Amino acid sequence: MLTIKKFATIPSGSDLTALYRAEVGDYPKFFKMDTACKLGFLLAERLAEEPRFTPREDRAVLMFSTCGSLCNDRHYEASVREFPSPSLFVYTLPNIITGEIAIRNKYEGETSAYVLERFEPETFVALVEQAFQDAVTESAVCGWVDVRADDDFTAFAFLVERGGTGMELNKETIYGTVNQ
Amino acid sequence: MKKVVVIGESILSPLGATPQENFEAVCRGESALRRYEGMFGVKEPFVASLMDRSLWQTEGRTFFDSVVIEAARRAVEAAGIDPASPRTAFVLSSIKGNIEHIDTQDVTLAASARRLADAFGNPNPAVVVSNACISGLAALLQGRRLLLGGGFDHVVVVGAEVQSRFIVTGFQSLKALSESTCKPFDAHRDGLNLGEAAAAVVLGFGDSGWELVDGAVRNDANHISGPSRTGEGSYKSLRYVLRNCTPDELAFVNVHGTSTLYNDEMESIAIDRAGLMDVPVNALKGTFGHTMGAAGILESILSMRAVDAGLVLPTRGFSELGVSRPVRVSPEMGKTDKKAFVKLLSGFGGVNGALLFRKGGAAC
Repeated sequence: MLTIKKFATIPSGSDLTALYRAEVGDYPKFFKMDTACKLGFLLAERLAEEPRFTPREDRAVLMFSTCGSLCNDRHYEASVREFPSPSLFVYTLPNIITGEIAIRNKYEGETSAYVLERFEPETFVALVEQAFQDAVTESAVCGWVDVRADDDFTAFAFLVERGGTGMELNKETIYGTVNQ
Repeated sequence: MKKVVVIGESILSPLGATPQENFEAVCRGESALRRYEGMFGVKEPFVASLMDRSLWQTEGRTFFDSVVIEAARRAVEAAGIDPASPRTAFVLSSIKGNIEHIDTQDVTLAASARRLADAFGNPNPAVVVSNACISGLAALLQGRRLLLGGGFDHVVVVGAEVQSRFIVTGFQSLKALSESTCKPFDAHRDGLNLGEAAAAVVLGFGDSGWELVDGAVRNDANHISGPSRTGEGSYKSLRYVLRNCTPDELAFVNVHGTSTLYNDEMESIAIDRAGLMDVPVNALKGTFGHTMGAAGILESILSMRAVDAGLVLPTRGFSELGVSRPVRVSPEMGKTDKKAFVKLLSGFGGVNGALLFRKGGAAC
């Protein structure tokens, strides 16, 4: 059985730099990230547990969205007309968000990015459960980070674990938690 | 546990319209890699393997959606399954999908996945796995997981990439492209070539044929656009899939082999750490270029064909070993009587993956 250990959310339009300064402050690479990665990074910070930064293979990072990297893709496409920007291009991948979270936290387990037509608790839960078919995975940061524009996004994430004492992970608990 | 096996496949590439045509072209040492000038409105010339856009273009669809649906249709036909059944699921693998139309259309991969499922009247939410350059491998693993998770009899896994100004200028800006044809694992390698292809596999349950035994995805947790110096994630992926298999049972490891300095060096380290120094290693990027979201599926299908024929495919472009670990790169066609192989890939975001395939009935 999978359970929900922690939940974090960031309202659309939030000032992410202000959140970073208030909650983190010691990771200048944050400023290079695109909006999706900033959101994923901040959510993963809130879900992180002590002791931190110890390499661990048993924690996966699974991120979901509809837009993928589309918002940053538009920024890169605009740069191509002048001078193609390598620093924008590396963020034109929906899975960079999982990489940024893995690097910060030394999560060496599975990292996967999925693109779905819409957020559906049933599909979300099924894909998370299937990821736990990996015998090494004991817990996972599972997030929905959908960036429609830099100031228009949906961002929340769960820390899910095998066993545990939290609420069982199912479509009702996901639906209830997200709509709180 | 029930076995997940391959029951249908297809490949559309510049070298052929079927898996067999592509396999024979690889055996003959062919490649469609050539130099393009002014293609896609890109100023700098580049070397790539591109499809003939008149061949599979469907009216009213983009070229990307056309090849995705055509590859799926051919694999579904080969497997003889009902694609409209609620017990059939679709998984799409791509990195940039319809990105060439970013100014005029909904280019999200989610929209392409919906059109894919709709083309077959399939009611299920189509899942897209977009895990950078390991997407195709990760999509095959997702297909296996969907089946084992229950509720489905068949999963159609489709991977495709078409090239565009967006992608070519991006790789040029990173200085990742070779000005000539790429040279996997070679001492004179100097970058990758981009490629186009669409490939599909239908997975189902069975006792015979090619089994997708297991797979793993692991992150280097090191850098978003450079591989780990110690091959961390690639090694850990290999270690996971080799839990129930000894190296002497493997016909070969079909590596990523992009021909960038760092990727190939990293893979050699991972192979060494995983105890696979005696296993032949080959790469297909010198034939097809880097087909991105299609690569994991395309290269797996051709590897299955090779083992079926008792062959280890050559590594086109390779002549002199140029990585620090003396891995056994196959420069020319070799023979094998082994019945299993490993497919290895790595990508941006620090992501790495390995799949283990085994021919039915073989010990592993």
